[in-house]
Amino acid sequence: MRKIYNKITQISGNVIVLSATGIKYGELAVIKSERGDSFAEVIRIDGKLVYLQVFAGSGGISTGDEVRFLGKQMEVSFSDNLLGRVFDGTGRPRDGGPILTKNLIEIGGPTVNPAKRLIPSNMIHTGIPMIDLFNSLVESQKISIFTTSGEPYNELLARVALQAKVDIIILGGMGLRYDDYLFLKNTLESEGSLSRSILCIHTAADPVVECIMVPDISLTIAENFALHGKKVLVLLTDMKNFCDALKEIAITMEQVPSNRGYPGDLYSQLAARYEKAVDFEDAGSVTILSITTMPGNDVTHPVPDNTGYITEGQYYLNNGRIEPFGSLSRLKQFVNKKTRDDHRPLMDAMVQLYAYYQEVLEKKAMGFRMTRSDNRFLKYGILFERNLMDLSVEMSLEEALDTGWRILSECFVPEETGIRTELIKKFWPKEKPQVNA
Amino acid sequence: MKNTGKIVGINKNMITVEFEGNVKQNEVAYAVLDESRLKTEVIRIRGNRADLQVFEDTRGLKMDDVVEFTGELLSVELGPGLLGQLYDGLQNPLHKLAGELGFFLQRGKHINALPEDTKWEFTPCVKPGDKLQAADAVGTVKEGGFTHKIMVPFHLPDRYEVVEIAESGEYCVKDQVALIKDKRGSFIPLSMMFEWPIRKPVTSYRERLDPAEPLITRIRIIDTLFPVAKGGTYCIPGPFGAGKTVLQQITSRNAKVDIVIVAACGERAGEVVETIKEFPGIIDPFTGRPLMERTIIVCNTSSMPVAAREASVYTAITMAEYYRQMGLDVLILADSTSRWAQAMRERSSRLEEIPGEEAFPAYLESTIAGFYERSGLVRLRDGSTGAITIGGTVSPAGGNFEEPVTQATLKVVGAFHGLSRDRSDARHYPAIDPLDSWSKYTGIIDNRSRNHTVRLLSKAHEISQMMKVVGEEGITLDDYILYLKGEFFDNVYLQQNAFDPVDMATSEERQKKVFSIIKEIIDATLDLNNKDDARNFFNRSRQIFLDYNSSEWDTNDFLENERLIRELFHKYRKAGTEIETHIFRQALVESEMDSHFSRAKTAKTKKGEKLTMVKEENEEDIQ
Repeated sequence: MRKIYNKITQISGNVIVLSATGIKYGELAVIKSERGDSFAEVIRIDGKLVYLQVFAGSGGISTGDEVRFLGKQMEVSFSDNLLGRVFDGTGRPRDGGPILTKNLIEIGGPTVNPAKRLIPSNMIHTGIPMIDLFNSLVESQKISIFTTSGEPYNELLARVALQAKVDIIILGGMGLRYDDYLFLKNTLESEGSLSRSILCIHTAADPVVECIMVPDISLTIAENFALHGKKVLVLLTDMKNFCDALKEIAITMEQVPSNRGYPGDLYSQLAARYEKAVDFEDAGSVTILSITTMPGNDVTHPVPDNTGYITEGQYYLNNGRIEPFGSLSRLKQFVNKKTRDDHRPLMDAMVQLYAYYQEVLEKKAMGFRMTRSDNRFLKYGILFERNLMDLSVEMSLEEALDTGWRILSECFVPEETGIRTELIKKFWPKEKPQVNA
Repeated sequence: MKNTGKIVGINKNMITVEFEGNVKQNEVAYAVLDESRLKTEVIRIRGNRADLQVFEDTRGLKMDDVVEFTGELLSVELGPGLLGQLYDGLQNPLHKLAGELGFFLQRGKHINALPEDTKWEFTPCVKPGDKLQAADAVGTVKEGGFTHKIMVPFHLPDRYEVVEIAESGEYCVKDQVALIKDKRGSFIPLSMMFEWPIRKPVTSYRERLDPAEPLITRIRIIDTLFPVAKGGTYCIPGPFGAGKTVLQQITSRNAKVDIVIVAACGERAGEVVETIKEFPGIIDPFTGRPLMERTIIVCNTSSMPVAAREASVYTAITMAEYYRQMGLDVLILADSTSRWAQAMRERSSRLEEIPGEEAFPAYLESTIAGFYERSGLVRLRDGSTGAITIGGTVSPAGGNFEEPVTQATLKVVGAFHGLSRDRSDARHYPAIDPLDSWSKYTGIIDNRSRNHTVRLLSKAHEISQMMKVVGEEGITLDDYILYLKGEFFDNVYLQQNAFDPVDMATSEERQKKVFSIIKEIIDATLDLNNKDDARNFFNRSRQIFLDYNSSEWDTNDFLENERLIRELFHKYRKAGTEIETHIFRQALVESEMDSHFSRAKTAKTKKGEKLTMVKEENEEDIQ
């Protein structure tokens, strides 16, 4: 029994209101207008009045347009046919391929029982030394890249998508510039990775409501692949746009804003998405790596701030490099104890020495004379930045560890590094090292 | 006939219901959705309409759906079997849910909190004819290592006479163990469990006492400098990544209390998992039993329903009050109270109430105060004492302590452990900032020494700031030694290695001893002739001290390291100068004039002035 109405009583923002009965909260409707069909979702019921959020925006909708309730919630088709495809925020194909209608699943399903979660234990190798060596990405982790507009974050994301050792990549794009979308798609295509990827893309030109559907669709698909035993990595760019879409909708709904115009439930909204990261016992896992751009590089802005309280760490992408300070993978200690014995001590030592290099730089800037040991640190800093921090560097964890040792031996004597003697004996390079200086 | 109503409005997790008859504020109602019943709570009544917050996802509900009112307030079950459990915010046992439902939580699913078929060994402690009132014990059972009192339900108002009492033996929680009679002669059967509304404090005790006895957390910076009292309250605000949750986890492991209730309120699920999976395997050194046996986890993580998050801290405190009535010391760790406040904010915004600061409701402060005031050390009617200590983390937006939740919390707590990003970035754990934090309680170290040490740290910090500009060369030897003393104290005492099996927890006895040794060193005038000497002395002392910290109490290693420290110290100590008062003279005057808190602030601005001044001089030098 499908009900059809054609008397819309109120249109404001993206929300339309009409009188209807027997409508379920969260139900989907289709609105036929001169601009074409659009989905809409019931977001409030007040007596006979039903409030619908129109995905395509209310532009061009007439009070006499036909509204047809579907009696079901937002759904997405799930099968292996999704692989290699590109969709928009409502699950319609964006690549001209066929519409998928089989095996529909509801999006935004229930929460995983905390009692059924596992302690994370597997590392995801990305081939990027600043991630693998210094802040390892862990299966089932949710972590965000904090950056600013203008940084090469989509390039970084594309590299992770190409290099990460996982079964399936799901890329959720929100508010993407069209050329960024093309760049991401073409990169995946040209490197032959599209066949293991699914793209859900909302571009800056698309209706704002579709933006907030992207994470839900991406994560619902991811969760189902994970239940089928796949290791899924979900890449979300850029969550700031997602939050701005929430803000826009909340304000048109006349909600009281809490902080810089963002709705009071921003934390819960973000958490509901990020908490989908999970490791299922005897099945697959969902890992989330997102981009959060910070206006004015301000980490106290509500979006990065709330994100930081939810995610299990963050990478700071600044000046085209992942910063070793501030960047933190909260789960790394679960995995870096069983990679290689020198992983942890080398990581600690190199970061400490790099911190000292920064102090030397400050000292130098203030006009103090450089001692010999200071000069060694300057050399170390440059080698470190060039051979490990540079975003173009791609190497396995083992290679990165060996490079680390080579840089150390190039600049210091073993005692200066503060690494335990047994490890020095085992790993300190014997012959004259070769590092590209 | 059941009191029912029908839905006339739905807005996210808020439903409006039209009813006939009477409805009670905060009573529980169920919205019927196909087969399942969604739990809700009445939060506002206007005319014949009530607003109900739904503890689950409301998708699929529609107009005219039936809502059944229960007449009962939102309550939890109290009785043997709570310890060791993992509950959600409404006291559903999550392990049992997982057993029935698998990976996902399903809405509308309720399971009783207490295992009904577990047999408990009941020993009566009253006989027919005895007079009883609420919270008096009728018998006991063994729950883990505790003697669990089976009490007369707290809501019974009168004095009663025991008519029948069960013999010693095994009973389930719902079996009748006693029959009592009130003045009018009506009989009331008692089982081992009863319910209590979570928003109502339990007050079946004789009096509240002043919390004077320190609660030993075995974290040195807390016990020594910023102590917490049994029955007191404290808060831990800090930006993300500063280690709030880790600090709470360490406390939940090491605190010397009978029972720990962890209220994981709106934070990451992964963090609870660590506790769930590891605690059963860790043996508590004091009792020799698994830590899990003294722990209850109430877990309503960030992606679970927001309304239940609001209820979860009350669920936790009600269970704490129940165990306090048995004369036990209970510690509640709430992580994080900001998420709880945000849940209130979301609810308030849906009710379209007039917002206060940052859109938090106007009753934020009184609600926070009401929660913390449920703590306390009390004398029970049988003369014994029990305590609830509350430690809440606060996650201030942007790490800025000026925001409403932090400020409202600071008003009502007795100790403040402010975490700082600077310290956590420098890997100084626990990252409690000694210059910002305070405590009104008396700890294991006398207050004079405590203040004295904090002054030393603040002075050392000032000098270190100065050194950043003028370099080591620019300051006097005396200042340099003072700076090293501050660093030394920070390194070997305030910082604690959570991964070292010995260093992670320091007993009271050991803290007193180690602190007295350090105090001797920092109070003494040292015979050091230049900065290199000074640095070497402190580096060596530090090295020995770190070994000392990780050697087990009273072993040969421990004694040997202590001897080494004393030997080194006595070599450099100048005889006849007991306390180096002149260095602190200025600081002492300051602290008498100002309160502790504002002093830290003035010190900061002063530092700033000094810095720019010195910097200019320095630049001239270079030119």
